[in-house]
Amino acid sequence: MKVTRTSRSAKIFTVISLLALLILAAGPYWAGRADMRLMSEIFLYLALASLWNLMAGYAGLVSVGQQAFVGFGGYMLFALTIFGGLPPVVAIAGAAVLGSLIAIPTAVLIFRLRGAYFAIGTWVMAEVFRLSFAQVSSLGGGSGSSLPVGIVRSIANGRAAREALSYWLALGIVILVIVAVYLFLRSRQGLALTAIRDNELAASSLGIDIWRTKFVVYIVTAGLTSMVGALIFFQKLRISPDAAFSVNDWTAFVIFIVVIGGIGTLEGPIIGTLVFFALRETLADLGSTYLIVLGGVAIVIMLKAPKGVWGLIRARFDLELFSLSYRVEIEPKEK
Amino acid sequence: MDWVNAAVQGMLLGGLYALFAAGLSLIFGVMRLVNIAHGDLIVLASYLGLTVVWALDVHPLAALLIVVPIMALLGYVLQRVVLNQTLGDDLLPPLLVTFGLSVIIQNLLLQGYTADPQKLNAGSIETASVAVGSLQLGLLPLLTFVTAIVVIAGLQWMFYCTELGRGFRAVSDNQEIAQLMGLNRRHVFGLAMALALGVTAIAGIFLGIRTSFDPAAGAGRLIFGFEAVIIGGLGNLWGTLAGGVILGIAQTLGAKIDPGYQLLAGHIAFLIVLAVRPQGLFPRVSG
Repeated sequence: MKVTRTSRSAKIFTVISLLALLILAAGPYWAGRADMRLMSEIFLYLALASLWNLMAGYAGLVSVGQQAFVGFGGYMLFALTIFGGLPPVVAIAGAAVLGSLIAIPTAVLIFRLRGAYFAIGTWVMAEVFRLSFAQVSSLGGGSGSSLPVGIVRSIANGRAAREALSYWLALGIVILVIVAVYLFLRSRQGLALTAIRDNELAASSLGIDIWRTKFVVYIVTAGLTSMVGALIFFQKLRISPDAAFSVNDWTAFVIFIVVIGGIGTLEGPIIGTLVFFALRETLADLGSTYLIVLGGVAIVIMLKAPKGVWGLIRARFDLELFSLSYRVEIEPKEK
Repeated sequence: MDWVNAAVQGMLLGGLYALFAAGLSLIFGVMRLVNIAHGDLIVLASYLGLTVVWALDVHPLAALLIVVPIMALLGYVLQRVVLNQTLGDDLLPPLLVTFGLSVIIQNLLLQGYTADPQKLNAGSIETASVAVGSLQLGLLPLLTFVTAIVVIAGLQWMFYCTELGRGFRAVSDNQEIAQLMGLNRRHVFGLAMALALGVTAIAGIFLGIRTSFDPAAGAGRLIFGFEAVIIGGLGNLWGTLAGGVILGIAQTLGAKIDPGYQLLAGHIAFLIVLAVRPQGLFPRVSG
């Protein structure tokens, strides 16, 4: 008998995903411009959803204010390139560092709120960020600004090269995020986090510092979310407070993705993102009806199948795509 | 004198915020539910008021007679059919379900009434004012403030002096034992939500008379209501009124410095309270 973390399905998934990554990495050579834009958007949403899932699904930090960091990251890209003179790619990394730093005082304040009040507290924070950036007249105030032509030209030679670069960056960041979340969950800290998810009281009686663990998750998530935000506005080349700190775009959709896919699993956000974009590409013409349907689907799933689509699949087939949970294997006895 | 004036106007504005917050405070007190769709329900009430005014050609305040019962009924049904299923130890379901509701209400309003800003026309009362010393107080803000006091006094009386209130307090203290004493908590929660949305209806009508509103206006109202609740201290209705007043004063003083600072000043007041006194200024004695 032995205890293992891998399974057949996880091994097969690893092989398939490596192959898929190779194909995706060659995207600029086979995909059209519109497809590349769509795929970049999928990558960025998947990154946001995995991060939100780490917070809400594992650390119990339900935030409805992650747009604070998406917008902050976007604005840092603009500020660091325009005023700091940094190359845009360096500025995207800088946005991650600054996002983590600004998250520290934010966390100290809003961690005083419990449960659902924490959620609305994060929203207030996002509003504070939005209103503050709307006051910065050198970044265009309330109407926003565009990335200067000189900086856009400095990114790459010509539009095709720039779009290929931004596609690779989006692909890179989603891999970075998923691998980071995966390794984090497999680490000691991740074990603590899983224990907290399952039972906070029991976890703290085992000596886990709950406040510190959640704090670390919040800071790391904020940094990575800022980086995704910087990349989102690197692709848009234009930023305004309302677009940067939109609760619908950067939080509502992300929450729906995670809930539909399956909260508290690594696979959930992937399934959810695919479902979300499949729905969007087919129903987007319906406009606001589409959002009503999406909200309705999320409510029904939350009430009837709280583990989401992936939960349903897993209950039936005992699959696991990422080697996370421990399982016992009984070897056949030798004769 | 300008500053005194701004502060007094802010205090009256706080009455409106207290109306936003009272429903939120009530349902949190009874069933520990934080309703993210609260702001959208306020805006829904404004639109219902608009429809009643259009259809019957009555004064917006008279529309209250119709809008309050409709919202109360909606609250009862919403609680029994949807929200009761989410209650439990897990925090996520109520939060996400009300978040979904918020998106649905917003987009239904968008489809039904378009994105054009609307306003309830209350005639001469909107511009009438009374002189108090050297200050001119608008009749409408004054009326809103008095209404907030009456509503909160009414809720307070209902909570501590009626059988219904005893039921609310009982399920709030211990759901299982209240159930053993013959209270059906699902029904009690339904009544609490009905009452909360009745108050929300009043808030919606006063909001609609005071400013223009559009389908996306809900988020802001939720946040103001939430800040008033936290500043005042959880579970204390009079504290909620005080919280609303503090928020209102912070906003009008901020706007006095620079119109761009109005909302920011309110949020900053909230964050200062959170930093210095996270349990709120007047928390109910915990027990």
